Amino acid sequence: MTTFMTSWKHMRRSPYQAMAAILTMFLTLLMGGLFFLASTASYFILQYFEAKPQITVYFQDKTTDQQIGKLQADLTATGKIANIVSLSKDQALAIYREQNKNDPLLLEMVTADILPASLEVSATDPNFLSDLEVVIKDAEGVEEVVYQRDVVETLISWTNAIRWVGGSLAGLLAADSILIVMTIIGMKIAIKKQEVEILTLVGASPWYIRLPFVLEGGLYGLLGACIASVMIGGLMLWLYPFLLTFLGVVPVIGGVLGAPTSMPFIFSAFVFFGGLGVTGFLLGGIGSLVAVGRYLKF
Amino acid sequence: MISFDHVSKLYGETHALSDISVEIKDGEFVFLIGPSGAGKTTFLRLLIRESVPTKGNIYLDDISINTLPTSQIHFLRRKVGTVFQDFKLLTDRTVFENVALALEILGKDVHEIDHDVDRVLALVGLAKKKHLFPQQLSAGELQRTSIARTIVGGPKVILADEPTGNLDPETSWEILDVLQAINAIGTTIIMATHNAGIVNELKKRTITLDRGVLISDEERGKYHIHKRKI
Repeated sequence: MTTFMTSWKHMRRSPYQAMAAILTMFLTLLMGGLFFLASTASYFILQYFEAKPQITVYFQDKTTDQQIGKLQADLTATGKIANIVSLSKDQALAIYREQNKNDPLLLEMVTADILPASLEVSATDPNFLSDLEVVIKDAEGVEEVVYQRDVVETLISWTNAIRWVGGSLAGLLAADSILIVMTIIGMKIAIKKQEVEILTLVGASPWYIRLPFVLEGGLYGLLGACIASVMIGGLMLWLYPFLLTFLGVVPVIGGVLGAPTSMPFIFSAFVFFGGLGVTGFLLGGIGSLVAVGRYLKF
Repeated sequence: MISFDHVSKLYGETHALSDISVEIKDGEFVFLIGPSGAGKTTFLRLLIRESVPTKGNIYLDDISINTLPTSQIHFLRRKVGTVFQDFKLLTDRTVFENVALALEILGKDVHEIDHDVDRVLALVGLAKKKHLFPQQLSAGELQRTSIARTIVGGPKVILADEPTGNLDPETSWEILDVLQAINAIGTTIIMATHNAGIVNELKKRTITLDRGVLISDEERGKYHIHKRKI
């Protein structure tokens, strides 16, 4: 408690330095937090698309059930099919209605006639997809073939870009925060040189002297994390309807976001904001530990 | 007991102390005298491991001070308290808080700190000024605060480096009275001083140094003024 009070007193007595450190920490943790959320969301989106059928074959309106059945049989005969599902126009409409049940306008405009029948195909091995492609190309009545591979590859490149850019930016900001905290704590140690000298002479242990400075750095990080948490929380609240509409189809995201009073949501929020606080405290603590190691050698 | 065993200290080419061998028994009151640059402060600095001897060994009871690990130095400084000529008080803390600092570092609880600090402030005659800041005190009161901070943790030895150097004669005697009272309860006092009046009046053991050399070690010594050859 004495250590905490000493750290708090250090912060109060040089408010501008404290503000500089807290703001830097806030920016780092805001960017880091948003990057983490984007990266986690993209992971689940990717997982969702990877779990979807690898090929979707859409048929022309005039295609008969026999033609669809023949293609289904041809594909099954290759022995390379893990799963194959045939969806009629009516089944496609039922799925469309389920997905857009909250938007009556979209439901009114669509009938079974304008939705194509389709085959959803998954291979036992992604390497067999090119063999299946040959069979599908030769089939009659095919309107369009959507290869999930293309979607997944695009998503992977986006996810990787987010990870690289976000990770590099968060890393640079973290290094910047550590350097700033290190400089500020170093300055404070220099200002308190006489106090440190007196403490050593009256028999204070090295860690009795160091700890308030280390804790001060940690507190900068923690306060920065608190402000970042408020900002991210506010941003999430503002974007909530948008996120629910666009990402709600992804089961994990929809499950958590769709029930804000459920345990998974509360647990996720606790882990995220708690993690942000711990990260902030550690970043500030590392910065001040470096300063203490450099300027308080005894 | 404090023991200097053939201790020498060199700062570059300068001999701050040369082959000093001295023993100081528990409960003694010793004056350390000599002109400026005699090695008095070096003698005291070696005792609190602010500096290490170039040669020889220093012991406090069975503790070898010069080989003491860095991590243990603070324990030594709790046993050997120091009173400085420039007081070394924290200006942003009251008299009470300055004295309490010595107990806070020992991890004492608030009630114990309150009790012990009040007791010691009463001993040095500052009970009524405990809520004042150093800027509001006279030089004599500042030195008494410094002494209170040094004795509150119950050190075995007190080193006083020119404690009356900034004080008028009357106040100097007040400080000496406090130090003698502390010595009377068994604390060893080693006081470096230029104050011939005090040394000659009190007739305590006197160790005289000049240019790092031990000139004399007398039981009831006097302050001899040595003329240096330039």
